[in-house]
Amino acid sequence: MTRITTRILALVLLAVFVVPLSAPPPTTAQGAPIKIGFLAPMSGAFAQVGKDMLNGTELYLDEIGRQAAGRKIELIVEDDEGTPAAALTKSRKLVEQDKVHLLTGGQLANVGYALQPFIDGNGIPATYPVIAADDITQRKPAKWIVRTGWSTSQPMHPFAEWTIKNTKYRKVAAVAMDYAFGYETIGGFQHVFEEQGGQIVQKIWVPLNTNDFAPFVAQIRRDADAVLVLFTGRLALQFVKQYQEAGLQGKLPILSGGTTTDESVLPQMGDEALGVISALHYSQALDLPANQKFSKAFEAKAGKISSYYSEATYTNMRWIVEAIKAVSGKVEDRAGLLAALRKVDIKDTARGPISIDAYGNPIQNIYVRKVERVGGRLQNTVIATIPNVSQFWTYKPEDYLKRPLYTRDYPPCKHCQ
Amino acid sequence: MIPRRVLAGLGAAALAGLVAPALSAYPLTLLTQAAIIAILAMSLDVLLGYTGLPSLGHAAYFGIAAYAVGILTTEYQCAFLTCLVSGVALAALTAAVFGLLAIRASGTYFLMITLALGMVVWGLAFRWVSMTKGDNGIAGVPRPELGLPWSLSAPLPFFYFALAAAVAAWAVLGLLVRSPFGMGLQGIRESESRMRALGYNVWLHKYLAFVIAGAFAGFAGVFWAYYNGFVSPADVQLVTSVETLLMVALGGPGTLAGPALGATIIVFLKNFVSVYTKRWLLILGAVYIGVILFAPRGVLGALRRRST
Repeated sequence: MTRITTRILALVLLAVFVVPLSAPPPTTAQGAPIKIGFLAPMSGAFAQVGKDMLNGTELYLDEIGRQAAGRKIELIVEDDEGTPAAALTKSRKLVEQDKVHLLTGGQLANVGYALQPFIDGNGIPATYPVIAADDITQRKPAKWIVRTGWSTSQPMHPFAEWTIKNTKYRKVAAVAMDYAFGYETIGGFQHVFEEQGGQIVQKIWVPLNTNDFAPFVAQIRRDADAVLVLFTGRLALQFVKQYQEAGLQGKLPILSGGTTTDESVLPQMGDEALGVISALHYSQALDLPANQKFSKAFEAKAGKISSYYSEATYTNMRWIVEAIKAVSGKVEDRAGLLAALRKVDIKDTARGPISIDAYGNPIQNIYVRKVERVGGRLQNTVIATIPNVSQFWTYKPEDYLKRPLYTRDYPPCKHCQ
Repeated sequence: MIPRRVLAGLGAAALAGLVAPALSAYPLTLLTQAAIIAILAMSLDVLLGYTGLPSLGHAAYFGIAAYAVGILTTEYQCAFLTCLVSGVALAALTAAVFGLLAIRASGTYFLMITLALGMVVWGLAFRWVSMTKGDNGIAGVPRPELGLPWSLSAPLPFFYFALAAAVAAWAVLGLLVRSPFGMGLQGIRESESRMRALGYNVWLHKYLAFVIAGAFAGFAGVFWAYYNGFVSPADVQLVTSVETLLMVALGGPGTLAGPALGATIIVFLKNFVSVYTKRWLLILGAVYIGVILFAPRGVLGALRRRST
């Protein structure tokens, strides 16, 4: 009796698993929806960022009534768990099973590098709104990927020049997270800063799983003019707090990569963040009509203030929709859609005007921001705007690409002791 | 007379092989993934299920082989056989070194030392940037060319390739655990002191089991690198080790086929449930708890008790 039950159970299980698997995918008829596959971390350590990314995307889709060029837009969301293997598996699902017309999303650099051969191999148009690893649009440019976000060192080049021109800081110590995003941020700053007469006098790399910053803060050279930092998420919160506790706030000013005071962490900071100067292509406090509209709508939808992650995906979706309109909704023509994505030129996004370079990276304004308290809450007040910045800054792309990628040891720290 | 469990295992593999052509591309890639991860889970079963050594660092050998393939194919354009041999050899070598340190401990201490050794490998993958490309990972590992009439870059042939590897691993490990050596391992699991009293070299048995498990984890790692075309520190991290441990526990430790089943269930559960709900981790957690409460010997253990 029990054996029979077991066998019946096995058969039922088999039927449950296999039958839906072998069902043929729905045929694409004329007027069928445009399918967009969206990847973001929905579980794990980066789930909060993933939620911001999804909210930004959905906000724009809601605004346009989820249709463009007479066709409905269907967004298929998948959790990439913030790991390359999961992102690859889910991309296969989106492309092979759901037959999406376009792939977008992703947060971490390694996910970006992992998906690149898959995307190029399948010839599926894709956009990266957040993944900023320099080489995706530099030394290993992807044919089918258009970056709608930024490259890591892009804000840091003009930021270094701004620092030389507007401050007296010439000797700067660097403290940053010990991975590619940190290397490219510090490297970009160092490259331009030292060419214009500044000196990076120290580099401290902090492991990603650090729980106590005291030993690192203690190492910072007190004779430096300023400290250049780069953190994200929890580490950003902890660093500024412990920096203040060490009595360094105000004595040794902080310059930073934009994510350190991004609006995704800023509301949880206190007075310890005041005065931090950073550079990024967005600020929630940016005084543009498009941003005020976006920022207000986002806060109403998500119940929190907009961050660079939500703006990135909001503008990304707008960019995609502009491209869909440009091909009159004929997204089945993949090459045509890619060409349209590479031609988009929008003057009034929430982060200002955007155009795109030949390597697939946006040319956009970079904002130098300072943390201030306005109306009771902290914000990144824009204190300078550097217009139309390319990922290559003022260098010729060919010359720039001959240089190695910014890494832990490049540019070398000539002035470190 | 072929034992029933062998027939059942071959039947399951044959069934998977038969339905495969009817599947669309995505379930097929999941089946491929399941076949590869099944090798990893079976290799851990030799340690956990048969020898009673719960390793928390098993992803290390898996990852080292994957890295070997990643580096050899992208930097040196090595052929499949070279990659396979070097991947497995490197994994076995690492296990041989780590085994010297780990086998001295048992119980919780064994868990902790394997955990620490696993973290060492993760640290290397993460920090030895000139070799491993660090956090960015190694992209663009091409599918192997075997000179067969079918290209392995298509999903279906690669699935058969992975399935054949899984069946081969299952057969070899199955023979191993039923050999006198395997019986010795099970004796050690039941009572180490009695085995010692009987004159068995307990240390050597455990050490060899450790190295063999490492080598087969490497075997899985080689296929994993080819399957994903990408290797990153995520492949060697603790989460991968823990997940493998859960697969073995879920399927039924000490059964070989059980962990393979556990691997398949988890791969499908993860990727199907997450399509329907963002709270898929909750469901996965409920499944684990359910198994621990109602089937402490794993799915296969429960079935087996029913049928006897």
